[in-house]
Amino acid sequence: MKKIYVKEEWCLGCHLCEFECAYANSGIGNIVLALKDKEIDPNVKVLSDGKITFAVSCRHCDEPLCISACISGALSKDETGAVMVDRSKCVGCGSCVMVCPYGAVRITKEGTANKCQLCMNNSCGEPLCARKCPNGAIVYEEK
Amino acid sequence: MIDYNVAPFEVVRDYDKCVNCRVCERQCSNEVHHYEEGFGKMISDSAKCVDCQRCVCLCPTKALKIVPNQNAFRPNANWQQKYLTEIYKQAESGGVLLSSMGNPEPFPVYFDKILINASQVTNPSIDPLREPMETRVFLGAKPQTIERDAEGKIVTKLPPRLKLSMPVMFSAMSYGSISYNAHAALARAAEALGIYYNTGEGGLHKDFYKYSANTIVQVASGRFGVHKDYLEDGAAIEIKIGQGAKPGIGGHLPGAKIVGDVSKTRMIPEGSDAVSPAPHHDIYSIEDLRQLVYSIKEATEYKKPVIVKIAAVHNVAAIASGIARSGADIIAIDGFRGGTGAAPTRIRDNVGIPIELALGSVDERLREENIRDNVSLVVAGSIRSSADVVKAICLGADAVYIGSASLVAMGCHLCRTCNYGKCNWGIATQRPDLVKRLNPDIAAERLINMLTAWNHEIQEMMGGMGINSIEALRGNRLMLRGVGLNERELAVLGIKHAGEV
Amino acid sequence: MLLEGEFRNPAGCAISAIFDKTGARFSGESIIDSIAVMRDRSNGLGGGFACYGIYPDKKDLYAFHVFFTIHSARKDFEEYISRYYEIDSSEDIPTRKIPEIVDEPEIRRYFVYPKQKYIDFVKTGPDECVFRTVFAVNTEIKGAYIFSSGKNMGIFKAVGFPEDVGRFYMLDSYEGYLFTAHGRYPTNTPGWWGGAHPFGLLGLSVVHNGEISSYDANRRAMEMYGYKCTLLTDTEVITYILDYLTRKKGLTFTESAEVIAAPFWSRIDRMSEEEKARATYLRDVFSAELVTGPFSIIVGFDGGVMALNDRLKLRTLAVAEKGDKVYMASEEAAIRRVCPSFDKMFYAEGGKPIVYRVKGGKQ
Repeated sequence: MKKIYVKEEWCLGCHLCEFECAYANSGIGNIVLALKDKEIDPNVKVLSDGKITFAVSCRHCDEPLCISACISGALSKDETGAVMVDRSKCVGCGSCVMVCPYGAVRITKEGTANKCQLCMNNSCGEPLCARKCPNGAIVYEEK
Repeated sequence: MIDYNVAPFEVVRDYDKCVNCRVCERQCSNEVHHYEEGFGKMISDSAKCVDCQRCVCLCPTKALKIVPNQNAFRPNANWQQKYLTEIYKQAESGGVLLSSMGNPEPFPVYFDKILINASQVTNPSIDPLREPMETRVFLGAKPQTIERDAEGKIVTKLPPRLKLSMPVMFSAMSYGSISYNAHAALARAAEALGIYYNTGEGGLHKDFYKYSANTIVQVASGRFGVHKDYLEDGAAIEIKIGQGAKPGIGGHLPGAKIVGDVSKTRMIPEGSDAVSPAPHHDIYSIEDLRQLVYSIKEATEYKKPVIVKIAAVHNVAAIASGIARSGADIIAIDGFRGGTGAAPTRIRDNVGIPIELALGSVDERLREENIRDNVSLVVAGSIRSSADVVKAICLGADAVYIGSASLVAMGCHLCRTCNYGKCNWGIATQRPDLVKRLNPDIAAERLINMLTAWNHEIQEMMGGMGINSIEALRGNRLMLRGVGLNERELAVLGIKHAGEV
Repeated sequence: MLLEGEFRNPAGCAISAIFDKTGARFSGESIIDSIAVMRDRSNGLGGGFACYGIYPDKKDLYAFHVFFTIHSARKDFEEYISRYYEIDSSEDIPTRKIPEIVDEPEIRRYFVYPKQKYIDFVKTGPDECVFRTVFAVNTEIKGAYIFSSGKNMGIFKAVGFPEDVGRFYMLDSYEGYLFTAHGRYPTNTPGWWGGAHPFGLLGLSVVHNGEISSYDANRRAMEMYGYKCTLLTDTEVITYILDYLTRKKGLTFTESAEVIAAPFWSRIDRMSEEEKARATYLRDVFSAELVTGPFSIIVGFDGGVMALNDRLKLRTLAVAEKGDKVYMASEEAAIRRVCPSFDKMFYAEGGKPIVYRVKGGKQ
């Protein structure tokens, strides 16, 4: 299956991926209205130790620890192999947050879990972070 | 102290659209933008802006634009504002003004006054989508006599040459003036396209030896990076006598850019200014040039063509005639619009002549002396589009070099501040955090795309003229007409005026 | 009004040729009949013939056919020629007065041979002497124009329909082994007879139907080699290219065809190593002699004839054989008129030369 891969040698730490992700998942068509005066909580976060920078998002693991940990069945794999979240089923226990080795899933201010779903749950269709990265540091491909 | 500096540009931010994502702040090496925490908004210091357009391109909501600073001195057709600000700078610093990239002054651009023909009725145009349309070019000297073996078959031995899939090559830009990643992109694109790129006078980084089949190595007056393996590794060797942006003087790379691999590749100490001597100190006459050409041929066993690159100056036709008799295989002529990493402003803007006129006169002169077959002609300075390529070939060139156009394809916006070494596009810089911005995979693909597109356009224009092999376009001046040119200009170019049959 | 040569005159045309493979001579009447069929392809502004084998008793002398448009030019020309050549004889070219041909200049022929001291001076042989003389006269003696300069051959041309030109020059009274013919449809008025076709230099003559797009690239290359393009026509530059390739560079006519109608790279790249090297060599070395644009040419030379079409085959050319005779023409009708039944008929393929030689003739 196609997944998001990060090439840290090209990441410039510009954080555009974060804003594009927030826009993609906002449900609002106009980017200004989607982002203006809003505090964003995107599914991808740019991390840096001062020397290396790269964007972290859900790895859609072959054997997802989060799905095993989920007590309410809110997390599941779809037919393509992507790990999807059904927020209506989530009870906000935070088990998935604790077991994810990448820190890629979080509890949002709504109290339920959220993470990257490869833009399959919004109108973009294909991951917007990969499309908008200015330097090819995020790619969406089959390996 | 009075600050006489007038910021040339003003950053205009549409605050209704700005979402404080801070990309502009993170991506500006000139520190123009910053987020003012207390006020919750972005502030821009226009005085530092060089109009590189990086922030404008990256802003996700397109909230930014850079405009000329409307603050104007009293209009004066003679004392234009730039002459005043340049004097203020010199009064303050006592230094020679330095500039980057090609001459921006409003001298005539002859390519924009030349029109191309098309065939109708008496001679059909050819459809490049459905018929062969050939743009393959060979560069090198033609043999004087045809030899045959005992059975009467032609002996197909040819002098060393370069084979190009299309009549365009990447011009010399040194490693040091541009980044490692830029060189990687140029080398890869040259290989993929079946053309050549040029090392410039910075030597050849060992990581790029694998592209030797598509590399032209340059020997400039400073001889930076020149050693035996370097010469062996090129497909051709170019002796750089001059370049269009700064005829009469040598290359200049400030010590700040001579770091790490740049210093190793050039074979000079880190931090030392690399100022190439004005002449080659072993070429003071045409006979000296002949000696150097043959020394290089001896050193490479006569297997590689030798190119001599000169700037277009007033007596360029006579110089070219001398070079054509010196044993060189290819003459490269760089016109006064040629680009550079750094050159004294006055020399860049006032010295040299347009490549169109130089080409017109050199091609004609070599034919008058019956030595046009001794060399191929490559021209540069500045070729901006496929139409310029076609016009140059009609005037008599075998191929062109593109320098600035290649950089633009890779992201350059011609802000002309390369000499500061803070190129926001990762092209004209050695700072690792900035070099990172030029991903060679992306840049190589852009170069390949641009030249693929140009090749198709050249084929369309050729087909329109009823020509299906590019050699029939070379020197075919009847395919051009001038518009708005006077008698002398038409005579030097060797073309008629539009409307004349 | 500008003379041909002061402007470029694109044209449409008709061409035809009849050749006897044994070298047996026949009357010029049939070539007139052949070209007359294609009258619609001309517009009466030019016609001409090249005839080979017509001066058998003077076959070792060069036959200069000359137009004099200014009376005093004849004296200047004869004085100039006598310095460098032995003049065997000279006379007005006999013509028949017909109403269709008017404004004729003085037309004379001179049978000459270069003096030994001139041959010694040029070093490369008597052909080179004639080569230089033709250009010297045509550019320096105003009003004199040498329009034919071969041995045992002659070009006859004028402003008019070719069949009228043929009757004017009494071509039916000549006998030769090869006749080529040309009728012209120029888009500008040529105004003088020198502009008509065929074009010839030494023993080479070319009749051509087409308009080449590579003209200026070819012209500038030929001028560098000493040829002066005084007429600015395609036929002139093609003749010079063939003279350059065959006489100065030693290529055969078949090899010359491979230069002017070179195969495409896509074909060359698929050839065997040896063939590829040869084809690449010819294309690379003679890149300035490649001819693009539509053309169909019939080239007459001492002992033979060659027909060639451009590689995209943008003009017609039919060829037929009957017994010892070969017929070539822009239209099949022109062949059938003089040869109603034949052994075989085919059309020239783009880029492939068709060469016939008199048995034992020159390569």
